[in-house]
Amino acid sequence: MSRKLLLQNDHIEGIQSYDVYRKNGGYQSVEKALKQMSPEAVLEEVKKSGLRGRGGAGFPTGMKWSFLAKPDGVPRHLLCNADESEPGTFKDRYLMEKIPHLLIEGMILSSFALGANSSYIYIRGEYMFVLRILEKAIQEAYNNGWLGKNILGSGYDLDLVVTPGAGAYICGEETALIESLEGNRGNPRMKPPFPAVKGLWQRPTVVNNVETIAAVVPIINHGGEAYASIGIDRSTGTKLISASGNINKPGVYEIEMGITVEEFIYGDQYCGGIKNGKKIKACVPGGSSVPILPHYLICKTASGADRLMTYESLADGGFATGSMLGSGGFIVYDEDQCIVRNTWNFARFYHHESCGQCSPCREGTGWMEKVLHRIENGHGKMSDIDLLWEIQSKIEGNTICPLGDAAAWPVAAAIRHFREEFEWHVNEPVLSQTRNFGLVTEKILNPA
Amino acid sequence: MSETVEKIKVTIDGNTIEVLPGTTILNAARMVGENLVPPPAMCYYSSLNGSGGKCRTCLVEVSKGSEKDPRPMPKLVASCSTQVMDGMEVKNNTSDKALEARKGVVEFLLLNHPLDCPICDQAGECHLQDLAFEHGLAHTRYEFKRREFDKVDIGEYIKLHMTRCILCYRCVYTANQLTNQREHGILNRGDAAEISTFIEKNLDNEFIGNVIDVCPVGALTDKTFRFKSRVWFTNPMDATCECSKCSGEAVVWMVGNDIARVTARKDKFGEVKNFICNDCRFNKKELTDWNITGPRHISRDSVISANHYEAPIPSHTILLNNA
Repeated sequence: MSRKLLLQNDHIEGIQSYDVYRKNGGYQSVEKALKQMSPEAVLEEVKKSGLRGRGGAGFPTGMKWSFLAKPDGVPRHLLCNADESEPGTFKDRYLMEKIPHLLIEGMILSSFALGANSSYIYIRGEYMFVLRILEKAIQEAYNNGWLGKNILGSGYDLDLVVTPGAGAYICGEETALIESLEGNRGNPRMKPPFPAVKGLWQRPTVVNNVETIAAVVPIINHGGEAYASIGIDRSTGTKLISASGNINKPGVYEIEMGITVEEFIYGDQYCGGIKNGKKIKACVPGGSSVPILPHYLICKTASGADRLMTYESLADGGFATGSMLGSGGFIVYDEDQCIVRNTWNFARFYHHESCGQCSPCREGTGWMEKVLHRIENGHGKMSDIDLLWEIQSKIEGNTICPLGDAAAWPVAAAIRHFREEFEWHVNEPVLSQTRNFGLVTEKILNPA
Repeated sequence: MSETVEKIKVTIDGNTIEVLPGTTILNAARMVGENLVPPPAMCYYSSLNGSGGKCRTCLVEVSKGSEKDPRPMPKLVASCSTQVMDGMEVKNNTSDKALEARKGVVEFLLLNHPLDCPICDQAGECHLQDLAFEHGLAHTRYEFKRREFDKVDIGEYIKLHMTRCILCYRCVYTANQLTNQREHGILNRGDAAEISTFIEKNLDNEFIGNVIDVCPVGALTDKTFRFKSRVWFTNPMDATCECSKCSGEAVVWMVGNDIARVTARKDKFGEVKNFICNDCRFNKKELTDWNITGPRHISRDSVISANHYEAPIPSHTILLNNA
């Protein structure tokens, strides 16, 4: 059984409440940090731990924190990005719903390290029930002196506020989140200036994912080096994976970085294999925006090495034969799933969620959706496949924020690896309609 | 008192120019002058704070980041919002990558555009028309229904035709910055986003007419001029008047001896520097209201001015080069 750092107590009855959480070792890290450590020492531990952003991009957290500008007399802010809306990702919800105090504890530590006196949790609007849980937990933390003025007599003040969004995926982009928090339309800002220099209300700001902030708690409790000893190379610690799709046991799993993908999919303590004894056809390892992997590239990389659950190994081979760890939304497809339909579904999502600010994404996402819809419904042309490729290449890299890339990558990867299936949809419109499953090839059924 | 700020060097398409730190690539390119056709800009407007970065037509390739860090930038950058660094080398019209991306952007901009130029009042002075002529394809690959909106009257003088809009946000910034209250903004998102006032509220600010001038396409039009004449049949004349609210410096567009419309003066990049008030724009339509100082020279290269105003035909025109 692998070590758990975040979810080791999630099975305890009543862990949502302050008393139970405290009894099980909660808030010890805050005591340690505020009484024995300086903010710099906390930052140093995070740097040592090698913790990387868990929201998708995987940027080293310690480095991000050290980039924070610290002009005199200007308040700094820490924002927690709980606007988890990536299709296939639901780890933050689980964490906040089950152990809300862990996030609050992490927020106190991180704000202390950054010297922020007012921090915000921006939660997605659909998680209103989680917002209630967090609000209650924050109130308990205030009542017990973990938030407010002069915490533990250390002279450090912190106010923590949780704010709901209005249900826009784009507000998970850090600058759009900041705009939304300021009360404006959630449009991403142009970078530079980066939020570390001019963020919320033009003040230096750090935006971190829920899981990243929660991971600071075990780092302070056990030390950065102990955290870094888990995992492989630059992928350290544990990661929450939201497993979904055609597997026996969907759910949120905390894994040690570096287990093999094969173990994760087929291991009994994780996904438990493919449902109904079917064969695996494809896998999206990191949420809807990362490239899809065909069955022959899931457990082995193109070079034949075992593929591991790490940032590097999943990205091995670039976009040609690899993917990304992303936010950890692990979606598995069995032999009966239709890749065209799935790609259309993703494209529909990005079309719906594009903010409409910059033209390639605003117009291109809608175009891709319409073309994919046409192919899926048996009206496609062979030239549509090249057209899709062309559209995604014109969107990728030309937009203000990464949403354009996120919309382009899944389409590109689906065409790259499953062109056959797209062509089958065009050539056999009636069959693809009546069967309503994707193309199953002998290779998928008999991978050996 | 004056401190000398050290100028920095930037090279755009082989033209080296010295500019003040903080200048954007686009503005530096505009300063180069005749040797260089600056990147097109559909949403950037120099007098409006915060504009730019949205249309992505001004994408350029940075082949050398700066003297200190000579690595090229990995992606194309929006020249209107990227500041120059010392020793930066930029490829504008010489970069195939940038031209290809621009072509893509033009295609995206035209996807949902109705292409009703024959009945559009903006035709002839439309930036999108010029842009499509220079960078676009001659045909469309889009085979779906284009989005449509109802025409909306916003105020006594202005007609909003959202179907033509390319969402450059210029009018939003104009209304926010030129007038003293937030008047209109964007509703909805993605390709359903639309410019709107709060529940079709009227815009009745004294300077609101300027949104017509800043609109690069025919989405915001002058109701006193709609369907009166085509732009290329009118004679533009510089004119001044006594006005207590604005500078009174405008252009009157004459048909015979009648003033068909009044607009603010645009520079060669199609931007207004002196905004005019609604009174001058909409109500002074008699010759006695104006002192005409001389013919207006329209220097902007465009489809229409290439034929009519006898300006040189843009040499970088892809269509012509391929012909």
